[in-house]
Amino acid sequence: MNIQQSPNFKASDYKSGLTPVWCPGCGDFHVLLSVTKALAELGTPPENVAVISGIGCSSRIPAYTNCYGFHGVHGRSLALGAGLKVARPDLTVMVMSGDGDGFSIGGNHFLHACRRNVDMTYIVMDNRVYGMTKGQPSPTTEPDWDSALSPGGTGLSPFHPLVIALASGANFVAREFSGDIKGSTRTIVEAVRHPGFSFVEILSPCVTFRPDERQWKTQTHAASVEATDDPARAARRIMTDDGFNVGVLYRGRRKPYETHVSDLAGDPAILEEEFAV
Amino acid sequence: MKTPGELRKSISFAIIGSGGAGALTAGAILLETAGKAGWYGIMNRSVGPQIRGGEAAALVRLTTHPVDCMAESYDFVIAIDWRNADRFAAEMPLAADGLAIGDTAGGEVPDVIAASGITVAQMAMKDLAGSVQGGRENMIAAGLAAKLAGLPVDTLMAVVEAKLASKGDEAINASRACISIGVSEADRFEQSFHLDKPVTGSTGRWLITGNEAIGLGAVRGGIRFAAAYPITPATEVLEWLAPALTRVGGALVQAEDELASINMAIGASFGGRASITATSGPGLALMVEALGLATASEIPIVVVDVMRGGPSTGIPTKSEQSDLNIAVYGCHGDAPHIVVAPLSVADCLFTAQWAVHLAEAMQAPAIVLSDQSLGQARALVDRPADIAFVAKRNVLGSEVEEAYDRYALTGSGVSPMALPGTAGGQYTADGLTHTVKGVPSSKESDHQNQLDKRRDKIENFDYGNHWADIEISNDDCTDTQFTILTWGSLAGPAREAMHTLAAEGISVKLLAIRLISPFLKQNFLDALQGSQRILIVEQTHSGQFHEYLRAKCDIPGEVRHFHRAGPKLIGPAEICARIRDWKTS
Repeated sequence: MNIQQSPNFKASDYKSGLTPVWCPGCGDFHVLLSVTKALAELGTPPENVAVISGIGCSSRIPAYTNCYGFHGVHGRSLALGAGLKVARPDLTVMVMSGDGDGFSIGGNHFLHACRRNVDMTYIVMDNRVYGMTKGQPSPTTEPDWDSALSPGGTGLSPFHPLVIALASGANFVAREFSGDIKGSTRTIVEAVRHPGFSFVEILSPCVTFRPDERQWKTQTHAASVEATDDPARAARRIMTDDGFNVGVLYRGRRKPYETHVSDLAGDPAILEEEFAV
Repeated sequence: MKTPGELRKSISFAIIGSGGAGALTAGAILLETAGKAGWYGIMNRSVGPQIRGGEAAALVRLTTHPVDCMAESYDFVIAIDWRNADRFAAEMPLAADGLAIGDTAGGEVPDVIAASGITVAQMAMKDLAGSVQGGRENMIAAGLAAKLAGLPVDTLMAVVEAKLASKGDEAINASRACISIGVSEADRFEQSFHLDKPVTGSTGRWLITGNEAIGLGAVRGGIRFAAAYPITPATEVLEWLAPALTRVGGALVQAEDELASINMAIGASFGGRASITATSGPGLALMVEALGLATASEIPIVVVDVMRGGPSTGIPTKSEQSDLNIAVYGCHGDAPHIVVAPLSVADCLFTAQWAVHLAEAMQAPAIVLSDQSLGQARALVDRPADIAFVAKRNVLGSEVEEAYDRYALTGSGVSPMALPGTAGGQYTADGLTHTVKGVPSSKESDHQNQLDKRRDKIENFDYGNHWADIEISNDDCTDTQFTILTWGSLAGPAREAMHTLAAEGISVKLLAIRLISPFLKQNFLDALQGSQRILIVEQTHSGQFHEYLRAKCDIPGEVRHFHRAGPKLIGPAEICARIRDWKTS
């Protein structure tokens, strides 16, 4: 895709200047940088962008941008975002979440957001742990990861966000690593431009509770194959990869959710006719 | 030849069938016929949870004057099928001179009806319908009921023709033939229950359900976005809004659950569109967390709760007022918001429109507590007056000053809200305690300031005289010993009781509260001035309204309390009986 540089905006124009609550070394700093770089590249004025989130470390991100933001309740960011986008199709809506917020408490909304295919971008900063509550296993945590809440590990298979997104009808599926600013930026730009519901999972290490995730820097690698528009091929690739393939994996062609909201308001008086006796 | 009975001001009848037999259709057609002929009326339904094969009854009351509640006894009952009638026979006692007509093929007459001593007759409705190609028993029942009630048969025919226009001549002719059979069968009966001439003077009338009226009031008030998750008995609000919103430039989205629907409404309202969702008790329970979010982030939304029997799944198809506590107190933390309750089917329109106005003006959630007895009742009402309330949000203009504070501490508590797209107005709406800028904060002063702000804007708002309906049966009588104090859907039965008692020389004041929260203590106490005996009436098992009032103030005078759970609606005669007893005690 031909990415046009906007001469008008810099990444810093999209930052609020607030100091994040994140720990030093947290991958989410890089995600914030990639998102603001992507927005600058897209050239959308900050006031026309809405960043919507739920609860958790990553969900603190809206206030760190200079866009309109909504830091909602736990797990419901996709619903906030969908309502906003349908009511205001003129806005660029970016929903940003974490693995606990997005896949556990918000799991059902994830399925239906993919299915509904409203034209917005969903970025999940996946660190495979609940960080804000100090280290409990999330749906993407490995089964043997030991913690106070699940001594010896949960014994449960991790949730596979990309396959689920694909099976549920997401129109764009990608994985990135937070430390790869260039790749993440490129993918976010493409995700925003792609019509319909775009899902980008960003592996974003939690250095405090998952220091082992520092290794993701060397484990992640570019996908060896091109993105496809065939969901079956995409599913096979995602199911058989090592979990560290990054890049765009699927570009679908489904029509986005249609909305006809307009300010050309008809007079409500026309609605009364049916009641006249 | 039979002699016509005395003409009546009000008649009530029921048409009973299994779900799918068309009893509700027959009732609706008869109600519309009465409307076209100039009468007033109201119809509710008594249905089971089954879609097909369960019980279904159309409960119809026709009157010469505007009416806000169902009758407590029925003049006649027509049963296409008695088999399921046992489940709700207790909700529809027959008048002493009543008549019950059942299909010979429709099972045994329920004991409660057979034992009541009224006239019970048989009719071979199934066979008669079978004699007409495509004939249906419900149309025979409609013809029979029309004749017994003295409704003009030609008007009934015209209504049916209009209803069936899309189904073709064959269906119309079959229905006409069945109606004619029903009409001629009515001649077998000595009884008639003819209505007197209707009062005139109305400038036009509507046939509307409470749920439709909520939808129309919402749109009139400025609602242009709805998020929907189906639930009995609120679904019709959403089904009415779906096509209506597209006609006025709005949209409805079906959500995956109530958690999503309320959050979608909040998201859309954040974007600047007045937004609504509708649900019933179980859905409201799921929405409570997001109600707190809307309160804290100061995003206006309207949530309609069409109440049903609770707790848990309760009785989905039957009315109750038992969501008062969750509506007022459901949120965690101190979360002031608005709770209003419509006082009649027609008032669903006003109250919904007012709720939109209140929510938008105060940037806060407003809950509309309707119930099944209003929502699913279809009534013939005088065309409701146009009212001026529309959504008027204090929105930040395009000229943004250097430092915009979304949650600025203003005198009123309401601060200008920037809408996305406004350059320089960017802020993050947040459920976290925040500073005036919206930046998360755990400082004591920020918490205190924002709590005060959100309380003040609700408490200091001018609600005008819409907070309650206050009526006195005899205008010349200032010394009203009795007051009936109620809220929501029970205003109708209470008003009828007031008129009945006035005719007996007992002067009664009615105080029916529309604005549940905030509670306007001074207005309330002023309205009760001079009342010595106050009867509090509500449709709850535990007496939630009574306890709420007691928590808010010391109610003056002597207080008695009449409360009962659904599904049997509290009616005017029961209220009258309690006042009469009190008078003689």
